[in-house]
Amino acid sequence: MKRSFVAVLGAASVLVLIGHVALAQATAPDPTAAANAYVNAPVNWQLWFPKSGSPMQAKIDWLMQYVLWIMTAVVVFTGGLMVYVFIRFNAKANPKPGTLTHNTLIEVIWIVVPVLILAVVIIPSLNLIYYEADDSNPYMTVTVTGHQWYWEYNYNSVPGLDYTSYMIPDDKIQPGEIRRLSVDHPMVLPVGEKIKFIITSGDVLHGFYLPSLGVQKYAIPGTSQTSWTIINQAGTYYGQCNQICGLNHDAMPLEIKAVPLADYLAWTKDALANYTDNTVVAPFSSPLPHNQLALRD
Amino acid sequence: MSTTHDTRAHADHGHHKQSFVQRWLMSTNHKDIGTLYITMAFIGACVGGTLSMIMRQQLMYPHNDWVTNGNTWNAIITAHGLLMIFWFVMPALIGGMGNWFVPLMLGAPDMAFPRLNNMSFWFLACGFVFVMLGLFMGTGTGAGWTLYPPLDNAQYSPGMATDFSLFSLHLAGISSLLGAINFIATILNMRAPGMTMHKMPLFCWSILVTAFLLVLAIPVLAGAVTMLIMDRNFGTSFFEPSGGGDPVLFQHLFWFFGHPEVYIMILPAFGIISHVVSTFSKKPVFGYLGMAYAMVIIGFVGFVVWAHHMFVSAIGTDSKIYFEVATLVIAVPTGIKVFSWIATMWGGSIEFKTPMLWAMGFIFLFVLGGATGIVLANAALDQELHNDYFLIAHFHYVLSMGAAFGIFAGFYYWIGKMTGHQYPEFWGKVHFWSFFIGVNLTFFPQHFLGLAGMPRRYPDYADAYAGWNYVSSVGSMISGLSTLVFFYVLYRVFTGKDKLADNYWGEGATTLEWAVPSPAPQHTFLDVPVIR
Ligand code: HEM
Ligand SMILES: [Cu+2]
Ligand SMILES: [Cu+2]
Repeated sequence: MKRSFVAVLGAASVLVLIGHVALAQATAPDPTAAANAYVNAPVNWQLWFPKSGSPMQAKIDWLMQYVLWIMTAVVVFTGGLMVYVFIRFNAKANPKPGTLTHNTLIEVIWIVVPVLILAVVIIPSLNLIYYEADDSNPYMTVTVTGHQWYWEYNYNSVPGLDYTSYMIPDDKIQPGEIRRLSVDHPMVLPVGEKIKFIITSGDVLHGFYLPSLGVQKYAIPGTSQTSWTIINQAGTYYGQCNQICGLNHDAMPLEIKAVPLADYLAWTKDALANYTDNTVVAPFSSPLPHNQLALRD
Repeated sequence: MSTTHDTRAHADHGHHKQSFVQRWLMSTNHKDIGTLYITMAFIGACVGGTLSMIMRQQLMYPHNDWVTNGNTWNAIITAHGLLMIFWFVMPALIGGMGNWFVPLMLGAPDMAFPRLNNMSFWFLACGFVFVMLGLFMGTGTGAGWTLYPPLDNAQYSPGMATDFSLFSLHLAGISSLLGAINFIATILNMRAPGMTMHKMPLFCWSILVTAFLLVLAIPVLAGAVTMLIMDRNFGTSFFEPSGGGDPVLFQHLFWFFGHPEVYIMILPAFGIISHVVSTFSKKPVFGYLGMAYAMVIIGFVGFVVWAHHMFVSAIGTDSKIYFEVATLVIAVPTGIKVFSWIATMWGGSIEFKTPMLWAMGFIFLFVLGGATGIVLANAALDQELHNDYFLIAHFHYVLSMGAAFGIFAGFYYWIGKMTGHQYPEFWGKVHFWSFFIGVNLTFFPQHFLGLAGMPRRYPDYADAYAGWNYVSSVGSMISGLSTLVFFYVLYRVFTGKDKLADNYWGEGATTLEWAVPSPAPQHTFLDVPVIR
């Protein structure tokens, strides 16, 4: 009786799981469709990282699962131990308290076991640090500069291609755009090539944060940092400024359009012609940009 | 431990009538100063908590209109962080319960430097005025509690508000520093005869370690804040790239203070939890020496892990590796503490009175918050998680649940000793369970928001984050209602007519504060107790 109940429950949960995956497959956009049809944006009630848009994010996703499962086991074990103690040693079940205050063996065990668990965590974790730091041999380099409150992209390999990217204000959102994530001029990048970012700032700290690509670095005035990515699939990817930078910190998202290499090369020509008038004037009236008014001298 | 003396005989010895002003404005009595600190913490928590309610109201829906101006929003988040840390958690645990119970547990008649003690409190009270000015003046201080330049330099944060907030940190800092010196002197010199360091109650150990952390960390914060003030007002450029300075230097200085600071907020709670667990299990603490030295080790290692807050800032690969490994090492002494608490209960005869419920909530939720800390300590993962809501969830699990649960555990454990009236058990439990549900509902979904990539310090967000934000805001309203229950508990305590025994918890409570009457009279241990 009990066993069959468990079996039914097990079968049901497997079915739900399969159905879930199948559904996810069915609704996932077809990668062979038009280049920009694939959109990697957050969804409501999301429980996990975005779908990996780059090999780096895939590695982060894997390591996160690895560490989080170990940590879940630790939390469940501790919680289970507590529940056992509550049941076994509450005043009703155990009216006479014992006097146990030392047990060398157990004290050694609860030092050694955590050390082993940490060792198991550290090894893959350190490897990924090296991987994330390896920005060698890129196909191209983009210098990203954070400003209050927009991003500037300078394509190092395309002389003169340097333009700014502002959020679409809430009242100008068009169908197909995402409020608070879509921008006027996205960063356009080729799919499958290694792209290096040089990240800096023109004023205060900003955060260059692309969760679906696993990239994050502070944009720091007076110095620059590097990161890199390889985008798996043509489509649109989003990110946001992730270091408090004043009044409109929540209004300077990042948008990346990944396109096949040939399209990218065609776009650079186009952009050189069309983005030249893309000056640093805010395209929307923000609440009084108080910070910009007062200069030191 | 036991005393050779009945202190009751001396309870009112030397007590003379003081005016209100003498008693509360010129106090040199550790219990009165403790009460002042607890009052400060109560005010700080009410203001800081109100700000958090406003924040959660704004975040309940995307494109909401509670706080539409980004400057106002940033001023609110900054004041919330500063108030909760410096004017709630620290005065409640260190100035408040530390002042009240360290001398009592040591068998000392008062703190070593009673006038210094008074000064510490009033520095903090003045600091509160300035942090409020920082919130309300002009557009407010909007750099976040971490105060990173260049955002808070004179160019990007003109006006006096930021100077006031920085100055408030100086005042809170000097207050903590003087308090810490006082605790160290008291604990090292004024233990009752026979109470060796290795017999001293764990709460005193926790305050001792905390005091050393303060003495070493606060001056670094003071230095960094002074440099900020000079950059702002006197044309220096410590953190200005244009003048050869470096904003990253500030991050190092801040976190050299900031990481020890997080242990400053949790170690006293560790001490309280040890006593509560032991009292309600009716068993002595398991592995006393391991417990004491685990705190010492946490204190030491806590000073060499600071750059785990800077994994996506300008630090090199080798530094990341060092700081990751050093950070993970702290999990080991922390594990010793958690397992020793459970071992203390093992074989015990556990009574689930309200303080014990808070202690159990503390242990479980602290372990959960520690586990996400381990996740964040992986520099490679932090590249994705830094500054998003996963981080917010982590530190609220260790603070809003860890430190705050520790404070409530101490409150319910000792309120009878402080006021002479017991709290109503039923309402204490209602308070616990409603708060437990409220804070978990508030902060657990924030893990999901973080994984989905929602950044911190945003007053408006993409519509895809609406679901979990709504749940989180509902949770915060439940915690808000729960706080009203707590106010009712306070009302019942202060209007209580009951008379409490010296040791109202019975056999499990063995430290010296249970040998004096409830409420503890103004002067205790005028005849020094001897520990055998
Ligand atoms: C096992 C223990 C712990 C570990 C391994 C740990 C690890 C970390 C790490 C790596 C960060 C930085 C994450 C980031 O910025 O992306 C962090 C942030 C933080 N932790 Fe912990 N932590 C632990 C315990 C605690 C405790 C006990 C407290 C306080 C009571 C605490 C409070 C904080 C706070 C306030 C922050 C964020 C500060 C900010 O950026 O505003 N942590 N923790
Ligand atoms: Cu920003
Ligand atoms: Cu830290």
